[in-house]
Amino acid sequence: MARDWPLWEVFIRSQHGLAHKHVGSLHAPDAEMAMNNARDVYTRRNEGVSIWVVPSSSIVASSPADKEAFFEPANTKVYRHPTFYPMPEEVKHI
Amino acid sequence: MTSAIKFAYLTRLGDTALILSQRLSELCGKGPALEEDMALANTALDLLGQARLWLSYAGEIEGAGRGEDDLAYLRGDREFHSVLLVEQPNGNYADTIMRQLYFDTWHCLALTHLAKSADPRIAEIAVKSNKEATYHLRRSSDLIVRLGDGTEESHALVQTAADALWPYTGELFVGDSVDAEMVSHGEGFDPASLKDEWLRYLAEAFGHATLRLPAADAWMHKGGKQGLHSEHLSYLLAEMQVLHRAHPGAAW
Repeated sequence: MARDWPLWEVFIRSQHGLAHKHVGSLHAPDAEMAMNNARDVYTRRNEGVSIWVVPSSSIVASSPADKEAFFEPANTKVYRHPTFYPMPEEVKHI
Repeated sequence: MTSAIKFAYLTRLGDTALILSQRLSELCGKGPALEEDMALANTALDLLGQARLWLSYAGEIEGAGRGEDDLAYLRGDREFHSVLLVEQPNGNYADTIMRQLYFDTWHCLALTHLAKSADPRIAEIAVKSNKEATYHLRRSSDLIVRLGDGTEESHALVQTAADALWPYTGELFVGDSVDAEMVSHGEGFDPASLKDEWLRYLAEAFGHATLRLPAADAWMHKGGKQGLHSEHLSYLLAEMQVLHRAHPGAAW
């Protein structure tokens, strides 16, 4: 029954946001019910205007063991950040 | 048009929403899955919100100083004008969802008509409620197809529910002088005019669900809108009203 329903991850984009954010997970037998369940469980307080549901099994996550090799090198490369010239107001959201 | 006629019309809508909301609330914490539990609770809350709008307006029209709480908690079963369908017990999940499908299909049609009411307040409530009802119908239709075209067990339970609840659906399409009066002022709709569309929708849903639609001309119960209810309503009201009656005037 509900025990056999696969797990889905839910992402919601709010009215004022530009990106879907992860808000939680739920169980559902298929995509249509996952969508309805996400609407019922995660949009009760006007959280958003767009829902993505993804089977949890489709998500590939980085391994914590790789944290150092994956992310530390980027910490000390300030020349990669475009902070050395002022951005005009008009192009802030390019 | 007398205020009594309009009061009756509005309480039919408000009481129906209120009683169904109460029935669904009984399942809070008892749903077959966590997500289903939330969905039922959401539906119950949507219906409660609609009941509040209808009953508040009814109280204003009556002009006797009764507000939504007085109407919800201090009337006896003979004074409730909800349809018989919504007071039927929750039973198993097939009973619950079949009752919901029969109701939601009618509700969406009714609200679509009421959105064109000459009474702007009625139209406004109808437009808002229809957004919620549209989602309720989507959910109950989807579930009936899944359960009907499901396992042998779920199919059998859903067919049994469809047959058992059928005699309570006729009342939705029988008009009386109250409806006629509202129609003559352009504020209401003729209940019978919804029947064909209702049957057409259910025939399609039942088709997908591999269910047999009961006979359209079967014998039907009636009387809910006139205050004559099945034995279930007084037990439901006893539970719903006990707190308010034990502590009159209490507030959070």
